Amino acid sequence: MSVYPYLVAAWLLGVGLYGVMSSRNYIHLIICLTVVQASTYVLLLSVGYVSHGKAPIFADIPTSSVTVDPVVQALTLTDVVVEATVVALLLALVVQANKRFKTVDPNAMTRMRD
Amino acid sequence: MRQLAPLAVAVPLLGAALLVFFHTLLPRIAAELLALGIAIAACVMTVLLLVHVGHGLTVYWFGGWHPRQGVAIGIDFAVSAVGAGLAAFVSLLMVLALVYGIHYLDVRHPYYQVLMLTFMAGMVGFCLSGDLFNMFVMFELMSVSAVALVGYKVSEGAALEGGLNFAVINTIGAFLFLLGIALIYAHTGALNLAQMGASLRHGGDDRVVVVAFTLIIGALLIKAAIVPFHFWLADAYAVALTPVCLLLAGAMSELGIYGVGQVWFTAFQGALGSHAHVVRPILVGAGLLTALWGGAMALTEDHIKRLLAFVTISFVGVFLIGVGLLSEAGVAGTSVYVVADGLVKASLFACAGILQHRLGKVGQHRLHGRGGGLPATGIVFAAGGLLIASLPPFGPFLGKAMIDDAAIKAGYWFVPALVAVASALCAAAVLRAGARVFLGWGDAGSDAPDLADEDTEPETRAGHDRTPAIMFVPALALLAGALATGVWSGLPDLAATAARRFTDFGGYHAAVFGTAHHLGSATSSAPEWFDYAYGAATVGLAVALTGLNLWGVRVVPGWRRASAAAAFAIAPIRTLHSGRVGDYTAALTLGIGVLGALLAVSLL
Repeated sequence: MSVYPYLVAAWLLGVGLYGVMSSRNYIHLIICLTVVQASTYVLLLSVGYVSHGKAPIFADIPTSSVTVDPVVQALTLTDVVVEATVVALLLALVVQANKRFKTVDPNAMTRMRD
Repeated sequence: MRQLAPLAVAVPLLGAALLVFFHTLLPRIAAELLALGIAIAACVMTVLLLVHVGHGLTVYWFGGWHPRQGVAIGIDFAVSAVGAGLAAFVSLLMVLALVYGIHYLDVRHPYYQVLMLTFMAGMVGFCLSGDLFNMFVMFELMSVSAVALVGYKVSEGAALEGGLNFAVINTIGAFLFLLGIALIYAHTGALNLAQMGASLRHGGDDRVVVVAFTLIIGALLIKAAIVPFHFWLADAYAVALTPVCLLLAGAMSELGIYGVGQVWFTAFQGALGSHAHVVRPILVGAGLLTALWGGAMALTEDHIKRLLAFVTISFVGVFLIGVGLLSEAGVAGTSVYVVADGLVKASLFACAGILQHRLGKVGQHRLHGRGGGLPATGIVFAAGGLLIASLPPFGPFLGKAMIDDAAIKAGYWFVPALVAVASALCAAAVLRAGARVFLGWGDAGSDAPDLADEDTEPETRAGHDRTPAIMFVPALALLAGALATGVWSGLPDLAATAARRFTDFGGYHAAVFGTAHHLGSATSSAPEWFDYAYGAATVGLAVALTGLNLWGVRVVPGWRRASAAAAFAIAPIRTLHSGRVGDYTAALTLGIGVLGALLAVSLL
């Protein structure tokens, strides 16, 4: 197993966080959050990867075959579902914020409060 | 009886789903009572579960997938007395919060009740889970519900902003949690906490364990709002609907601390247990910093709900000290303190909600003297302030005394004094607010009101001319509960026994894998004379600080200069609470980096 997937995961985490920190637009910020999330996908899938492993579906292959780990794939799927909810909720809040503040700039919103 | 564990989560979830489908057919009051009934049912289940668990551990394997040959292949709920107790406490707060909102709360659609029920399911599930990935899912379920509840009043800018900050920071926390889970799964091949702990005991690559530990603990500390991960909390709790505040301040932050204890004692203790002397000062130090930071910020706040949010932050710091001592006695003290103090904070938030209902505002200066017509609320608020200062012999005093004793035993002799200062700061902030609002003491406009609450609209419907019993009774009941926890003499011993079970990895592992393991009950020592001294000193300091804040200008020469210097000293800290999510993310990243560096330097 090579080290590259882990480097990719770390890179995605880093750039995603940087994006969230520096973003001036909430839609962009939420996309940056999904970049951070992508690092979790990459890490989970690379953790379960086995060189030359088959897909873990034993209907048409012998049960003794080498397969990749199905558990991390299940975790990734759950992660996708959970975070889809979060992103939908965040976007809904941003739509409301846009109605209220007429802007989607996180910094402008705080200035309007005080 | 073990089926109660999954049912306590499934019933609120099912109830929420039914409420979404059938709310168009039901009148509003019926939907409210239905939600309340479901919450009461779940509450009864968690209490029965707590009684059933007793000294042991109740394990429920979903779908009957029991472990085979010592390998956990299914997903379990492993319920300890600490977990069941916390679940019961959460459920009780939920019942009172739902009662508090009946009829008066100005919310259209029963989505509010639906979200409260999913919130409850998430919190209860988090307390009961014996599987790290399930903890993550429950963590997310409660975060998403809580975010929606915080941002419920979409017409208010502050609510939207608080909700967005809360959502972004907690979502980053969730990703860090998941990254940690992926790494520890790669290392141990387990998601079940007991199996993970057994595998970690056999050693291996320490670097992976340290990185995973940093990520998981960091994520839980974000949820708990430990400095520097705490910025989102004040923005969110200050603007949430009052019944939601009851739960957020009373229980949700504390669940992060519970999570820290759970993953340490069941899993990471195996690998890092011999390095506990390194982990302990990091956790205790972060706790102390948080306790003092929260106290200092509370004293500078004008907005009462925001003030109470900082009190919450301060106390979460104290709880982290208790659990961070990584000892049985520390966990026992924290268990008592979380319940007693959670009740007090919920009661104070309920009082703030009554002020908002009657007077339409929660800013101290705007309300100066206007609370004179609400003597009963004022008395509850003042009593809450004194309990925050750990007035002997009531619940918060008992919990604090137990944590202090555990800290002294662990060699942290300075902890009790610093915690006393933090509690006194919080209590002074509360008492000062009470004196200003209810008695009209102090100068009406001595400081410029900051972050004025133009945005805080009344959250209740008609009837602003009187305090409905349905709002006042929960406030009183919560306060009475906090008083009672100190009078119930059996509580410390029960907490000590529960803590012995919670901290015992061998017993946890044996129970999950179905082998008997008997643990005796434990007893807790009564508070010592110095505990009473610290309690009395805290109350004294709190009252003195309150008086100085109200009349210092007139009584003490040079006070104006001193308070200006204090304001100048705290100004940079206040500036950090900018409300900008980018800044908060930067602080979070820095905090995780420092945590990881500290652990790496001392462990590797």
